[in-house]
Amino acid sequence: MPTLPSSPPVTPRPIPPSLVWRRVRRNPLSFTALCVIVTIALIALFAPLVAPYPPDATDAGSALQSVSWQHLLGTDLYGRDQLSRIIYAARVDLSVAFAATAAAVAIGALLGAIVGYRGGWVDNVAMRAVDAVMAFPAFVLAMGITAAMGNSTGNVAIAISITQIPAYLRLIRGEMLRVREMEYADAARTVGNPAWRIVLIHLLPNCLPPLIVQATLAMGFALLTMASLSFIGLGIQPPQSEWGVMTAEGASQIVTGEWWLFLFPGLAIMITVLAFNLVGDGLRDFLDPRMRGIR
Amino acid sequence: MGFLNYLVRRLALVVPTLFGVSLICFFLTYMLPGNPAMVKAGPFATAEHLAEMEHQMGLDRSLPEQYIRYASGLLHGDLGESSATGRPVSQDFIQRLPATLELNLAALLIAIAIGIPLGVLSAVHRDTFIDHIGRVVGITGVAMPSFWTGLLFVYVFFYLLNLAPPPLGRLGSGITPPAHITGLYVVDSLMTGNWIALRSSLHQLMLPSATLGLSVMAPVARMVRSTMLEILESDYIKAAWAAGLPRRTVIYGDALRNAMIPVITILGIVFGFLMAGNAVVESVFAWPGIGNYAVTALMTKDSGPIQSFVLFVAVMYVAVNLLVDLAYGLADPRIRLR
Repeated sequence: MPTLPSSPPVTPRPIPPSLVWRRVRRNPLSFTALCVIVTIALIALFAPLVAPYPPDATDAGSALQSVSWQHLLGTDLYGRDQLSRIIYAARVDLSVAFAATAAAVAIGALLGAIVGYRGGWVDNVAMRAVDAVMAFPAFVLAMGITAAMGNSTGNVAIAISITQIPAYLRLIRGEMLRVREMEYADAARTVGNPAWRIVLIHLLPNCLPPLIVQATLAMGFALLTMASLSFIGLGIQPPQSEWGVMTAEGASQIVTGEWWLFLFPGLAIMITVLAFNLVGDGLRDFLDPRMRGIR
Repeated sequence: MGFLNYLVRRLALVVPTLFGVSLICFFLTYMLPGNPAMVKAGPFATAEHLAEMEHQMGLDRSLPEQYIRYASGLLHGDLGESSATGRPVSQDFIQRLPATLELNLAALLIAIAIGIPLGVLSAVHRDTFIDHIGRVVGITGVAMPSFWTGLLFVYVFFYLLNLAPPPLGRLGSGITPPAHITGLYVVDSLMTGNWIALRSSLHQLMLPSATLGLSVMAPVARMVRSTMLEILESDYIKAAWAAGLPRRTVIYGDALRNAMIPVITILGIVFGFLMAGNAVVESVFAWPGIGNYAVTALMTKDSGPIQSFVLFVAVMYVAVNLLVDLAYGLADPRIRLR
C-alpha cells in the first residue's frame, strides 16, 4: 500500500484586497478607532520621547496647577506633570491588558480545542468548571483573586486572565464541535494525521475569526477591570502611574475643584476602551458580514 | 408536568455549579498571603498559642477535611469573622444588604426605563439618526469606567451646580433614618409617611443610582435592539404586515410583546453587571452597602468580608439566573424541551 502524503493544512480563504478596502470604507468609525489604538500604542512605546516631563519628577513650586501651556493637562499635588504620567501609565495599562488577554486566549483556545475535539467526560468536567467560574461576575472574581494573591502588577494580569479563560474555552469548544464533523476533518483523519495535528493545524485555524473578535472586545474589558481594581486600591499601587490609580488620587481633589486630576486619566481609559470596542465591532462585521447590524 | 420536569433538570444543573463556586471560594480564602491563625492571634502570640489557634481553626488538617468544615459552615450561614469589626461577617452583611439592594433596584429601574425604549426605537428606526444616537450612547456607556462616571456626576452636580448632596452615604447629615421595616429607606419612609427622610434619601440616591444605572443601561439597550430586530424579521411579523395591520399595532402590539420575553433573560446578565459595578460605585459615594464593606476591608487586609462578598455575589448570581431561566421556561414552553 502506498503511503499517502500528509495533507496540506486547510487555511481560511483570504479575502481579496479590493473587498478588504470596500469593507473598511464602509466602516470608517472602526478604522478611525484602529488608528487611535495604534497611536496610543506608539505613544506608550516611545513614552520617554513623547512625554514632556519625567513622570515622577516632583516640583513643589508648581503643585496643583491647572491646564496651561507648560503643563497641558495640569499638575498634581506634588507638581508632577499629568500628561507625562498619563503617557507612562498607558504602558502599564496596555501591557497588562494585552498580556492578560493573550494568555487567556492561548490557554482558553487550547483547552477548548482539546475539550471540544475529545468530547465525552473530559468535556463534561471542563464545562462544569467553566460554569462555576462564569457564575462569578468577572470583576468580582478578579477582585477576589487579586485580594487573595496580593497586590502586584503580575497578579492583576493573572486575575484578569483567569476571568477571561472560560469565555474562549467555551467559544472554541463550540466551534470545534462544529468543524470536527466537517468533511475536511474526515479527510484529515482518513489520511492518518495524528489527533494533535488535526486539531492544531487543520481545525483550530478555522475557529480563529470569532476568537479574534472576542479577544479585541476583551481588551477593553480587561482595561476597565484593571482600572477599577486599582481604583479601589487593589492591584497596582501608587506611586506607579496607572489610569485607575490616578483617577483615585484625583478623586480627593474634587471637593476643592481641581477637576483636571480625575477627568483626564478617566478620559484616557474611556477613549482606549471605546477604541477597542469599536475595532471589535468592526472586525465582527468584517469577518462575518451577516452579523452586520444584528448585534 | 412539562414544567416540573424542566424545573428538576434546571435545579440539577445548579448543584455542580454551586459546588464549583464553593471550591473556588475555598481556595481563594486559603490562598491568602499570611496565615489566618497568625492574623487572628495577633502579633505578640507565642508559637504554642499560634499552634493552638491553628488547631482550633482546623488549619492543621488535610485540605479535603478543611473544605468540608468550610462548606458545612457555609451551609449554616457561617461566613467567618471580620477582623476589623470583630463580628461575624454574616451579621455585618445583613445589616448592610438593604443599602445595596436599594441602590441596585434604583439603578435597575433607571436602566430599564431608558434602555428598553432606546433599544426598541433603535430597532424600529434601524440605520436612522435615532439608531446611530442609540449606538453611540450604548458604546460610550460601556466604555466609561463607572467610578469615573460617578466622579464626573459628583463634580458637575455637587461641586459646580450644587444640585446634589455631598456623596456621603444614604441620608443627609442630621437626618434620622425612618423606622426599620424593609431596610430600604425610600420604601420605609414612604410607608411611615416620613417626608423629610424620603426627600433626603431620594436626594442621596440620585447620583449613585444614575451612575450604576447608566453603566448597565447600554447592555440592556443593545440586547433589546437585537431581540427586537430578530423579531421584526420573523415570519409572523411579515404575515402581520402582509395582512395590512397598521404599523402601530404590528410594532407595539405583536413585536414588542414578543420581544419582552427574551428580555427577561437580560435581567440575569444585568444583575451580574450591577453587582460588579456595585463595589466601585458604593465606594465612590460612601454608600454603606456590602460592596463598600468589602472595599473598606481591603484597606485593612481583612479577608473575611472580601471573600464573603465574592461568594455571596456568585451565589446570588446563580440564583438570579436560575429564577430567570425558570421564568423564561414558564413564559415560553419551547424552552422546556431543550
